[in-house]
Amino acid sequence: MPIVSMKVNGKEVSGEVEGRTLLVEFIREGLGLTGTHVGCDTSQCGACVVHVDGKAIKSCTALAVACEGAEVTTIEGLAKNGTLHPMQEAFRENHGLQCGFCTPGMIMAAIDLVNRKGKKLDEATVRHELEGNICRCTGYHNIVKAIQDGASRM
Amino acid sequence: MSETGIGARVKRKEDHRFITGKGRYTDDINLKGQVYAYFVRSPHAHAEIKSINTAKAAKAPGVLGVFKGEDVAEDKIGGLICGWMIHSKDGSPMKAGPHPILAVGKVRYVGDHVAVVVAETREQAKAAAALVEVQYGVLPHNVDAAKAKSAKGQVHEVAPNNLVFNWSLGDEAATDAAFKKAAHVTRLEIVNNRLIPNAMEPRAAIGSYDTGDDHYTLYTTSQNPHVARLVISAFHGLAPEHKLRVIAPDVGGGFGSKIFIYAEEVVCLWASKRVGGRPVKWTAERTESFLADAHGRDHVTHAELAMDKDGKILAMKVNTIASMGAYLSTFASCVPTYLYATLLSGQYNIPSIYAEVDAVYTNTAPVDAYRGAGRPEATYVVERLVETAAREMRIDPAEFRRRNFITSFPHQTPVIMCYDAGDYNASLTKALELADYKGFPARKAEAAKRGKLRGIGFSNYIEACGIAPSAAVGSLGAGVGLWESAEVRVNPVGTVEILTGSHSHGQGHETTFAQLVSDRLGVSIDNVSIVHGDTDKVQFGMGTYGSRSGAVGMTAIAKALDKIEAKAKKVAAHVMEAAEGDVEFKDGSFSVKGTDKKMAFGEVALAAYVAHKFPTSEIEPGLKESAFHDPTNFTFPAGCHICEVEIDPDTGVTQIANWVAVDDFGSVINPMIVEGQVHGGIVQGVGQALTEGCVYDSGSGQLLTGSYMDYCMPRAADVPSFKLAFTETKCPSNPLGMKGCGEAGAIAAPAAVINAITDAVGVKDLPMPATSQVVWNALQPMKKAAE
Amino acid sequence: MENFTYHRPHHATDAVKLMKAAKDGKFMSGGMTLLPAIKHGLASPSDIIDLGGLKHAGVAVSGSVVTIKAGTTHAAVADDAGLKKAIPGLSKLAGGIGDPHVRNCGTIGGSIANADPAADYPAAVVGLAATVHTDQRKIAGDKFFTGMFETALKPDEIITAVEFPMPKRSAYVKFPNPASLYAMVGVFVAELADGSVRVAVTGAGPSVFRVPDMEKALEKGFSPDSISGVTVKADDLNSDIHASSAYRAHLVNVLARRAVEQAK
Repeated sequence: MPIVSMKVNGKEVSGEVEGRTLLVEFIREGLGLTGTHVGCDTSQCGACVVHVDGKAIKSCTALAVACEGAEVTTIEGLAKNGTLHPMQEAFRENHGLQCGFCTPGMIMAAIDLVNRKGKKLDEATVRHELEGNICRCTGYHNIVKAIQDGASRM
Repeated sequence: MSETGIGARVKRKEDHRFITGKGRYTDDINLKGQVYAYFVRSPHAHAEIKSINTAKAAKAPGVLGVFKGEDVAEDKIGGLICGWMIHSKDGSPMKAGPHPILAVGKVRYVGDHVAVVVAETREQAKAAAALVEVQYGVLPHNVDAAKAKSAKGQVHEVAPNNLVFNWSLGDEAATDAAFKKAAHVTRLEIVNNRLIPNAMEPRAAIGSYDTGDDHYTLYTTSQNPHVARLVISAFHGLAPEHKLRVIAPDVGGGFGSKIFIYAEEVVCLWASKRVGGRPVKWTAERTESFLADAHGRDHVTHAELAMDKDGKILAMKVNTIASMGAYLSTFASCVPTYLYATLLSGQYNIPSIYAEVDAVYTNTAPVDAYRGAGRPEATYVVERLVETAAREMRIDPAEFRRRNFITSFPHQTPVIMCYDAGDYNASLTKALELADYKGFPARKAEAAKRGKLRGIGFSNYIEACGIAPSAAVGSLGAGVGLWESAEVRVNPVGTVEILTGSHSHGQGHETTFAQLVSDRLGVSIDNVSIVHGDTDKVQFGMGTYGSRSGAVGMTAIAKALDKIEAKAKKVAAHVMEAAEGDVEFKDGSFSVKGTDKKMAFGEVALAAYVAHKFPTSEIEPGLKESAFHDPTNFTFPAGCHICEVEIDPDTGVTQIANWVAVDDFGSVINPMIVEGQVHGGIVQGVGQALTEGCVYDSGSGQLLTGSYMDYCMPRAADVPSFKLAFTETKCPSNPLGMKGCGEAGAIAAPAAVINAITDAVGVKDLPMPATSQVVWNALQPMKKAAE
Repeated sequence: MENFTYHRPHHATDAVKLMKAAKDGKFMSGGMTLLPAIKHGLASPSDIIDLGGLKHAGVAVSGSVVTIKAGTTHAAVADDAGLKKAIPGLSKLAGGIGDPHVRNCGTIGGSIANADPAADYPAAVVGLAATVHTDQRKIAGDKFFTGMFETALKPDEIITAVEFPMPKRSAYVKFPNPASLYAMVGVFVAELADGSVRVAVTGAGPSVFRVPDMEKALEKGFSPDSISGVTVKADDLNSDIHASSAYRAHLVNVLARRAVEQAK
């Protein structure tokens, strides 16, 4: 079986995987980082979004072995020394989550959005850019508010 | 109001673990020695099982066991049950077909659970499942509720014509007589589209049998772990309750779909013993969720409303065919009956109502409660009828509603419910103002200039929540009581643990329940923890559904808090050497009237535990109380939602331009959380109205909307931000005055959307989901006529 | 999902060798379609040859031609400043594929090699009269797509780049399937440098197709009104639970008019 090495949340990790092992499986089962979730099998819900080399991707549709040498950031890697990332803070402040299942993917997608489009985000932009993330609880209202707020804090 | 008390917008205590990735959902849990289950599912809608050959699968790498229905029968494991008995009009009991946890003899829908493979890894289990050879003899199938009674295939032997029951409510003769006097009758054929719940966390379970203690543990995605334990124990006969622990940890949304006891969970528990006590884990792939979670709605209805010449409603008549799917799920039978027809009076004074419901089997996934459960279907019927009647009689829809509102309380409807409090005109008036109803014609004209069709629609919903008075539901066929339990444990240092039978799967109980405690005991919410979801920790409780956790669950806590206060006063009286009657409790401290003697709540708690200063022969040491609360009535949240849409006639695309929701939930504990519940509910309702529709192919019986590629979940760009407001009439049947808010949005929204679209397009009716194609099709005849 | 042997060659020649040696090999670029297909058992290759190691990525605008290397992600295409100026219609198309996370992985080469009837890129390849470069030859865009999920590629042939001649003006308008976000109908309209007009439609039929009647009408007068009466026959179009062939046929006309209006 191939061995894959990558940097996850700043830490060098490596592990044995199969060719078919998905990045999300490696993260959840191999590394025990269960904050990244699997909500579908057609690459649509976005619960599994992580950053690979600074870009948001769906970790359910990436092979772990293909991420050799990559820098991966998951939801667990956002808070630094116990201080929440501004986007995490904004989700709590704005009640941008209910059951919490889509939340890690939403937050990772939101940070990527700010990285791409800047800190000043209008509502229409945020709604459009969330096309890769599905939430069943919040009706998106407070997620949109949270992202706008979090963007301005970043 | 304190910063963390009742009415405060307290940020959620549970959020920290979710935003840092530390939530603990069932699939996040891995037990030592854990193995994996994968289910072999029926590829046919209806077929006889001729043989199942498991030999190849059993020999596949990593396989520990391949099990089928016969193995289950061998261990005398009972089938899945429906816990609510409905009797037909003729007095006969509903026809419940057998529902084994692994199929015996027949499969009845695509996705039916046929066999299970348990293997060392998930991939091994899945690969071996493909090697299980099942020979089927295909039988005629039917997926359509309306055609069930005349379908060629019979789903269950016990149910001729696929009829589960033919049930009625109301006075038929009086209703007929009222229709004869009508100046105008409005008629509608209504399809309430089948939905797939789609909580974002797929269902999952780990069943673990401890060979040493002969004890079972089930981790599961449940809204009501105690009910699951009761059913698995009493009906499946797997283990007595004291030998079975059910844990529902963090649960990623439920919306009803996680109330039920499903085959997969029971199989995992049972199979764990079969594989020598190794924990057996199953996590649904989303595709499996589509196939095998209980679906919602699926009604076909003919409805009529009779009015006098002034637009006063005289009577309503409703005939509904409700699909139950291929089996009766846990609470399936009460949804199209007592949760549906009892709400047909809406917010209106309707002298007579008659409803008849045929529940039918079809070769589809079982149908059960989904957010709103029966009440969205009722509201859709009522609000589509009322809106259509107003249009037909050329009365402004708001005015039409006003003329018919119930204005005095209590109000006994002709369909069982007795509404206790409400002010429907207040919510309508406020909503009209917020929606700028007066400005609508100008907005419509402006849209027309841009080539767009603008429409406005109302939905004045009512729901029965706070489910439910036990004796009442018992008399209607429920197999359980619907009270709730609470235990309040005050620790010696004055911190508080609340053990509640309610279960939070997104509702924020860890915060709102703590607010109640903070408010009552004057302790910081940081010193309160809410314990739920574990039958070994928490006393028996009924769980969370039907917007009951506030009105019923919190009332149980409030009652236990009353007892805590009473006992603490006794302790404080002894310690402060005062008469008990002179001790007052306010803002977290006990004081003696007319003196400066004072003790903080924490000091009293400590005194109760050290027990130095009171006679333990009279007062027991410690400070822990429990309560069971059985509500005396349902609660009746109600409100007015107004939806404004704009349609592009070239493509048929509908955009929601504006949404106003004015809800009366009685007292609100945490407005931030309540608003969140409304937002989410509205979008689920908008989903039903615009994007979501479960489609089975009539020819093959296959589920055509079996993934997010074809089942359209509403996304952020499909909806706007919402304008919310509250009106308040306190609920008289619980001390907190709460009514419940969890389902309102999903109940109100579909009718508001379709009323708005039909207004814009100028047609009487449109099917849901009103996709762009549906709207475009509706526009074509008019376009042709215009040409 | 079924297992496979994973390879990540650094040279096209190695990739081809690996493919030839494999029992049932598949080239993978972004994996956005292939991986879900394997998950659902719709594909079960023995070997996956990941072309990511070839580093075929980048957008080059030179003279009257834009060349996009096969491994360029949709996001990189959409963000390329030069392309935004040169062929804004193509830039917008790339920015509307899937969702942001998919756009960070999916590539132009992978998309056109897969030839999904509802993919966006085929409309641009045909609509702009592009040329597909492979490790073996150049294939005219018009000849590239041969049917549903079928192309002119040989099993061991690797796309290296797609060359787009700059048009005078162009636009792509998509009507997404609201569930999958693939094109239910997508229309690419371009007035090419020589004055000829192309109208290429994706999502509506089994494979991308052109609408000659619209092209002729637009060559006479490049305005939405020129084609308001030009319809496509519904008979040959896709029909499913989301859209009947009649509705799709109607949308082709609506979107084509909008594309003409937006073309720049």
